[in-house]
Amino acid sequence: MVSAPVQVAPPVEAPARARRLPRWVAPVAGVVAVVVLYVAFRGKAVLPHDDDATLFHWLNDARDWVDANRNSSPIFLYVVNYIRLGAAGVYEAIQAGLVALGWPGLLGLAAGLGWLAGGWRIALVSFAGFAGVGVLGFWEASVETLALTLSSVVLSLLFGIPLGIWAGRSPRVRRIVTPVLDVMQIMPTFSYLSPMVLLFLIGPASATIATMIYAMPPAIRITAMAIQRVSGVAVEASESLGATGWQTLGKVRLPLALNTIMLGVNQTIAAALSMVPLTALIAAPGLGEDLLRALARVNVGAALVPGVAIVLIAIVLDRMTRAAAQRREGGTRARAVRWGGFAVLTAAGLALLPVLAQDFPEQWEVQIVRPINDVVDWIEAHWYTFTGFLNDVVAYGLLNPLQDVLTNAPWWLVTAAVLVFAWRVSGAAAGLVATACLLCVAGLQLWEHAMETLTMVLVASVITIAAGLALGVAAARSRWFAAGLRPLLDAAQTMPSFSYLLPAVALFGNGRFTAITASFIYAVPVVARLVEDGLRAVPGTVMEAARSAGSTDRQLLWKVQLPMARGSLLLAANQGIVMTLAMVVIGALVGAGALGYDVVAGFAQQEDYGKGLAAGVALVLLGVMLDRITQGANGRRSPHKKRNA
Amino acid sequence: MGTAAIEVRGLWKIFGPKADRIIGSPDADLEPAQLRAKTGCTAAVRDVSFEVRPGEVFVVMGLSGSGKSTLVRCLTRLIEPTAGELRIDGQDVRAMSAKQLRELRRHRVSMVFQHFGLLPHRKVVDNVGYGLEIQGVGKAERHEKARRILSLVGLGGHEDSYPEQLSGGMQQRVGLARALAVDPEVLLFDEPFSALDPLIRRDMQAEVIRLHREVGKTMVFITHDLSEALKLGERIAIMRAGAIVQVGTPEELVGAPADEYVADFVRDVPRAQVLSLRWICRAPEPGEPLDGPELPADTVIHDAVPAAMASDRPIRVVAGGELVGVVSRVDLLGAVRPEPQPVAAAASAGATGEEA
Repeated sequence: MVSAPVQVAPPVEAPARARRLPRWVAPVAGVVAVVVLYVAFRGKAVLPHDDDATLFHWLNDARDWVDANRNSSPIFLYVVNYIRLGAAGVYEAIQAGLVALGWPGLLGLAAGLGWLAGGWRIALVSFAGFAGVGVLGFWEASVETLALTLSSVVLSLLFGIPLGIWAGRSPRVRRIVTPVLDVMQIMPTFSYLSPMVLLFLIGPASATIATMIYAMPPAIRITAMAIQRVSGVAVEASESLGATGWQTLGKVRLPLALNTIMLGVNQTIAAALSMVPLTALIAAPGLGEDLLRALARVNVGAALVPGVAIVLIAIVLDRMTRAAAQRREGGTRARAVRWGGFAVLTAAGLALLPVLAQDFPEQWEVQIVRPINDVVDWIEAHWYTFTGFLNDVVAYGLLNPLQDVLTNAPWWLVTAAVLVFAWRVSGAAAGLVATACLLCVAGLQLWEHAMETLTMVLVASVITIAAGLALGVAAARSRWFAAGLRPLLDAAQTMPSFSYLLPAVALFGNGRFTAITASFIYAVPVVARLVEDGLRAVPGTVMEAARSAGSTDRQLLWKVQLPMARGSLLLAANQGIVMTLAMVVIGALVGAGALGYDVVAGFAQQEDYGKGLAAGVALVLLGVMLDRITQGANGRRSPHKKRNA
Repeated sequence: MGTAAIEVRGLWKIFGPKADRIIGSPDADLEPAQLRAKTGCTAAVRDVSFEVRPGEVFVVMGLSGSGKSTLVRCLTRLIEPTAGELRIDGQDVRAMSAKQLRELRRHRVSMVFQHFGLLPHRKVVDNVGYGLEIQGVGKAERHEKARRILSLVGLGGHEDSYPEQLSGGMQQRVGLARALAVDPEVLLFDEPFSALDPLIRRDMQAEVIRLHREVGKTMVFITHDLSEALKLGERIAIMRAGAIVQVGTPEELVGAPADEYVADFVRDVPRAQVLSLRWICRAPEPGEPLDGPELPADTVIHDAVPAAMASDRPIRVVAGGELVGVVSRVDLLGAVRPEPQPVAAAASAGATGEEA
């Protein structure tokens, strides 16, 4: 709750006991003070949006300077341009390799790798998934997307795993890397794109680098964790036998960490697949192109099909790496069977290459755009009373009033409220950082659009957290409910983030409410899971003791489980808000406007580049602000005693 | 006595910031809890000195937190000591370069761990051969060696199993085999059997005794279990709060505890099974007959019972051909009764190696 910015006069002569006010007084006084100040100063000291802000022009000039000097400035000639060429080289090599395999070869290889990773089930999943992509009629675009994904994943791992090993071994490196990764994981996908364009132009090279950066944090984080978790006894035993540091790394640490590192690979691929379609905004080839074009025309059917193709690729890569992470070392015979199967399947695919047509056979393709659009039309026609009503309730009942308040309140009032609120929830440091972020947003001359984005985030977060809490509590209390929810949540976590936009568009058309719905579908599974895990982590002995004292189920929930799960609940809120922001921003693709739209417009219009870049930065600042405010919560920074050994 | 296999003088290990400044300062004399409160440092090993003779089984015994595991890790600098002298076979371990230290660990001193520390992704034979592998020994040779060692520790036929397929006792045999495979001069055991069931623990203790007889290595054995210490140790060092309270043979510890702490420890030990006649013999009283059975002074009291039953004459206790004293049936009964009195009178007979 917001506490009072105005001090209640301290009753100097009152005895100590009377000075203790009830706990609700400060928050209520704070809310009252904010309301009073808002009414008094409404419409004053507002920062209306201006497309011609000097900062935007200045950024445009900077872009022009870079463009003019791209081939003469030494830093571009000797560093930046080589990075671009390197990334392009990796992408082109992988893309050429995939194309050379042809569709039968790629299907064979996919099945073979599936077999290698997890036996016939995964082989079947891989084969069916990739074949499905062809059947949907998007084989070539899928290969482009796959090439882009693989090249950025390869680069992510190339840099991420060694960095993760280093961070896992050295507490000092960890202390430097962790906060950077924290910020990277808060940054919405869009924010990576504008600076990449400035440095590396548009096209696949830029897309590969942006995706690589976006996908690297999980690789670093999970590798570091895996290396840290390697049994100290095994390492000590190795050292006691006189192994060198490298020997212990190669023979003990890495083999023991391997399965966990594979999970990092899995997460890296998932992150890359969330980013790759969006890089179509900076002229990267692949499914994203078709997807964005269709979204721009609100052609749900045409958007859904490439969307499904991306989801299929995501499922295949996820199942494959997940199976590889669970793999156990078998005997020599098991190994022979694994590699034999891999060789047979791949060879079969390659052998069919000359026999079958070069392109995926058209007669196998299934057209489903029209039937989907028929369904969407039907929904529009028959459900409109419901969907329109829902849309209007949220828009007129929540979004518009809140947006009015935020945009019409003086900037200093909003800032002060954020400061006090963050201070109360997460402490002085978090409060100051959050305030600084907000002031920088104002400095970027994007206040009004930031407030619009914030409105959507707040509304979506409240709905998401409420629903996630309810689902999580239900799942923690009922075994069958949890069993039903689990597979849904698992499936939801495999999906690339933008794919959540599609059902929302199908139901609600374009607009802010669609972005909010998408955020809801995107973030609810994570919130629900964190809540459930937190409640389930309450020790059985404590629950037993409370029950033996005669608690009802309700008392158990409110007096034991929820208070003890406080850390998880606050973490759930934090994650919910950060994920909501990420999705609300992507919502710009379906007409949610605000900062996200500024970024997208920056790619489309030369003269809007400066505004787009500033909006990207503003999004990062908003993300950091929201994270800091709720961060008291997740104990990530909690000061803990250091132990020197 | 010859050169000591291991020689430790004034060894310190203090964890914490600026630990080296504490040694030599008045803070060094503080109790651990006070030291932690005052400086934030933890003194795990405090001014420890002892020697281990070649081929000896030297046991370090103490409760958890007494610093014994830190001490044994200091011996090969798995934990870097803060101060003190440390020699293995006369060579200064603390002066060794990283490379020399590796050579020491690879060829001369190896260790067995409480939680085994086996590599789950390797077969038993490759776990045992690990030490040879990092020395650069070829695969065929190290497998051959590993197989031989595995049959020595009674695990023949399990070469191709993975550690998780073995029971705890068998896993520790693998750990033992791994330590033996490099043919070291010294074996260090860090509470190797604490994680095992009592019956398996007894088997493993017997195994260590057998191996010691067969291979004759110098062994330093860490334990918190007094009966294990008494069973295995030729000499035992008792540690408390990082310092050694007393070093001595089992007999000396039981017969002449250096302080209340040690006395408390050994209170429940059946003395008649540890002490020898030396501890209870006395000068013959005038007129006492001196024609009873003759027994050496280091005969365990318990083992003198048959002789006393066979003859009603006092037993004549001799050492080096000379009469040390006599033990009558009454003396013997006094020594074997369940709640024995302290035998402090005989303390002078045993030398106590005391360290503070």
